[in-house]
Amino acid sequence: MTLVKSQIGRRAFIKNTSLAGGGLVLGFNFFNSCKPKVAEALAVEIEMPNEWFEINGYLKIGDNGVVTIMSPNPEIGQNVRTSMPMILADELEVDWKNVVVEQAALNTSLYSWQVAGGSRSISSSWQNLRMAGATARQMLKLAAAKIWQVPASEILAVAGVLSHEASGKTAGYGEMASEASQMVVPEEVELKNKSEFSIIGTSRKNVDGKNIVTGKPLFGIDVQREGMLIANLVHPPAFGMKLKSFDAEVVKKMPGIREVFSLKLYDEDFDRAAFHHTAFNEVVAVVGDSTWQVMQAKKALKVEWEKAGDTVVGMTLFGNEMKVNHPAGMENSDIHKTKLEELNSQKGKVARRDGNPELAFKNAAKIIESSYSCPFLAHNTMEPMNFFANVTEDHAELLGPTQTPEWMEPAVAERLGLPLEKIDIQMTRQGGGFGRRLYGHFMVEAAVISQKMKKPIKLVYSREDDMSQGMYRPSYFATYRAGLDKENNLIAFHVKAGGIPESPLFANRFPAGAIDNYLAEDFTVDSNITTGAFRAPRSNFIAGAEQSFLDEVAEEMGKDPIEFRLELFKRAAENPVGENNDYDAERYAGVLELVREKSNWKQSESGVYRGVSAYFCHQSYVAQVLDIVLENNKPVVQKVTAAIDCGIVVNPDAAANLSEGGIVDGIGHAMYSGLTFKDGTPEQKNFDRYRLIRHSEAPKSIETYFVQNDIDPTGMGEPPFPPIMGALANALYKATGQRHYHQPFISQKTIKG
Amino acid sequence: MANFNLKINGKIQEIDVDPTTPMLWVLRDHLKLVGTKYGCGIAQCGACTIHLGDDAVRSCQLPVSSVGEQEITTIEGLSENGDHPVQKAWLEVDVYQCGYCQAGQIMNASAFLKKTPNPTEAEIDTAMNGNICRCGTYTRIKKAIKTAAQTENI
Repeated sequence: MTLVKSQIGRRAFIKNTSLAGGGLVLGFNFFNSCKPKVAEALAVEIEMPNEWFEINGYLKIGDNGVVTIMSPNPEIGQNVRTSMPMILADELEVDWKNVVVEQAALNTSLYSWQVAGGSRSISSSWQNLRMAGATARQMLKLAAAKIWQVPASEILAVAGVLSHEASGKTAGYGEMASEASQMVVPEEVELKNKSEFSIIGTSRKNVDGKNIVTGKPLFGIDVQREGMLIANLVHPPAFGMKLKSFDAEVVKKMPGIREVFSLKLYDEDFDRAAFHHTAFNEVVAVVGDSTWQVMQAKKALKVEWEKAGDTVVGMTLFGNEMKVNHPAGMENSDIHKTKLEELNSQKGKVARRDGNPELAFKNAAKIIESSYSCPFLAHNTMEPMNFFANVTEDHAELLGPTQTPEWMEPAVAERLGLPLEKIDIQMTRQGGGFGRRLYGHFMVEAAVISQKMKKPIKLVYSREDDMSQGMYRPSYFATYRAGLDKENNLIAFHVKAGGIPESPLFANRFPAGAIDNYLAEDFTVDSNITTGAFRAPRSNFIAGAEQSFLDEVAEEMGKDPIEFRLELFKRAAENPVGENNDYDAERYAGVLELVREKSNWKQSESGVYRGVSAYFCHQSYVAQVLDIVLENNKPVVQKVTAAIDCGIVVNPDAAANLSEGGIVDGIGHAMYSGLTFKDGTPEQKNFDRYRLIRHSEAPKSIETYFVQNDIDPTGMGEPPFPPIMGALANALYKATGQRHYHQPFISQKTIKG
Repeated sequence: MANFNLKINGKIQEIDVDPTTPMLWVLRDHLKLVGTKYGCGIAQCGACTIHLGDDAVRSCQLPVSSVGEQEITTIEGLSENGDHPVQKAWLEVDVYQCGYCQAGQIMNASAFLKKTPNPTEAEIDTAMNGNICRCGTYTRIKKAIKTAAQTENI
């Protein structure tokens, strides 16, 4: 066992005892239920105890041995509500059958990183969750030691049962829970050896499964409350426009309509963080009794818009101050393209230079050059943005889907004029996130509307609102060049990458470190179209571009694409160029070797066209092989084989599900999706014109293999997404004879159905 | 406003709403049956799928006034204990990620399997193509449909 200081468990315990009645840890209560909670009881179908004993901020134990584990992080479909409690349960040594999971409310004194972002949920809480479980296990042992009058060190805890061999005494956790909750928190606790894990590393089904398949109210949009009103917003029809005036006379008289008013989200001097940002600071709210009535009124509302001027928004991102320029004007996609191409033809800002790339290119016998691009994307979570708010004079209750409750809390407090401790934010299960719900302006909007109405309200965006409201994946552009000498050696590499409004470049990622002469440059174009993080930001384009280009280089060199990459990794591992290389070449090579073996790469079948890709992001390594067959001369993705190194895999089948989802998502967006603009207006506002991948277009099968190691867990939600776009492009080339450089690939003639 | 007596999940429900109100919002706002989900409002995503008689329909495009005597089944009424073969298959395969679209997927799949108890891959693709899953659980949905198809009394 590993001895570790238990400060974290101790802090959680001490803070918890100071809470009045534990009310704050009860969290998720929008069904107005009493114990046992309807949702949780249905989910697990186990008998609830008569009394709960709180051991620390992460768990309480019932007198019958049932354990409630708090899941602190937002659940957006990445399975944290199952996987995070599994970590704690393993250290606690409890039978998973006796575990009930509850969503924790935002509580910055108890939990850290209550954020669904950066694929960091598991890795950032790994130690805390283990500690919380191990601390509770030790306190149960101490309680038994006191009652049985035996040394705690002689007591075993296995699957919820404490036993002392010499005296023959045994007791369930429930019997000791009361005493354990009174114990002084130990200074040190023992963590299990990783080889002793019995829950971590085993597949456990989603704790919300039964509730999902029976349609229980789990999501923010499902929240109901006595006297609750429905609110919709009307925002400018185009980026570059703002509210001029509106006439609510007719609409206010429509059935069920309570109020129509404009609201300004933030004052100019508001200390805005990047996650508070909104495209449209002033909007019109329509509030009424039911959704359909409000939607009808919204359509009938007369609003005048006017052109907005240049604006500069000051904001902070993780403590760094920045200015975001939103130039005036109504933007168009064809002009975006021209601007990107123009800047790409000029010298960029140098982000990294190794050796003498200019000289090496000058001396090169052959230069390969290709450019890649991708459009803006809307996140399109299936559950549109929404939030419930009930703001009274001295309290704000906020309930709904947010990836960043902690970061939004100060914005809500300031806007409402209430102190932080009067803001109570709770999270529902979320119908997708993908980065969109990192930007929680809709939570502030809901709070402002409720404050004005003096009533509980639920703000709901229509799909059109959701898709035309900004925070999109930026549009990117990149040009790659590779120089080969007379002996066909790769001697120089150059990437120049830019975007609107940010560059996708990661200058220190592969193949930096593997090539003597290397140059990375970037550039940016300002825009008034707001953008934000979208599953694996920047990687979600640059991975596919880089991996497509390497395929082209390998072909030019006459090398097998996997063999070629492995040679580069060998170089980077044995004799790296430069010191600041942001990857582990051996683990990178490891996933490529695994995918080569599992996909039978060397035994290709006739009629199957294969592409390979590998990428590192969020501290994890993913390699994928994608197989295409031609049906009626049309490329069809037959199979994808994936190899992943994300350290210890907490819940393997759930992780495989994320791998499958990332692959389908990546194929879909690279192949079909894109958001284009005409005079500042998105040309796609719903799923009739915005193409998302559908059933028949998904791979027929996906196999995922994990590298077995005992490295602490790293990211899993995002890493499978970026590389598949490269594997797809490379397989499409084999199948159609044409390289695919510009997403969405469907716009290229060769794959039109 | 007008009065309607609707047969929903085996019960008669009386409501007084604007006759143009889509069944989606009647279910969600007025009857608090929120398992049926809003996704697009234009019958392009399938999240709002319910059964009208034996047919899977998009409730966002079904005005309450057009329902009449026809029986409506929602995800809440698909089975009494969440043990319809399709629900059981979904649990066995552990299909979902965020879970938001799955009620619509299940309602579509259950109506489809009732008419096509032994579907081919191509038939599944065609039948399910109107239901979007943004998380990309399509391969699992297909696996669950095949699993359900193998159970008796589907």
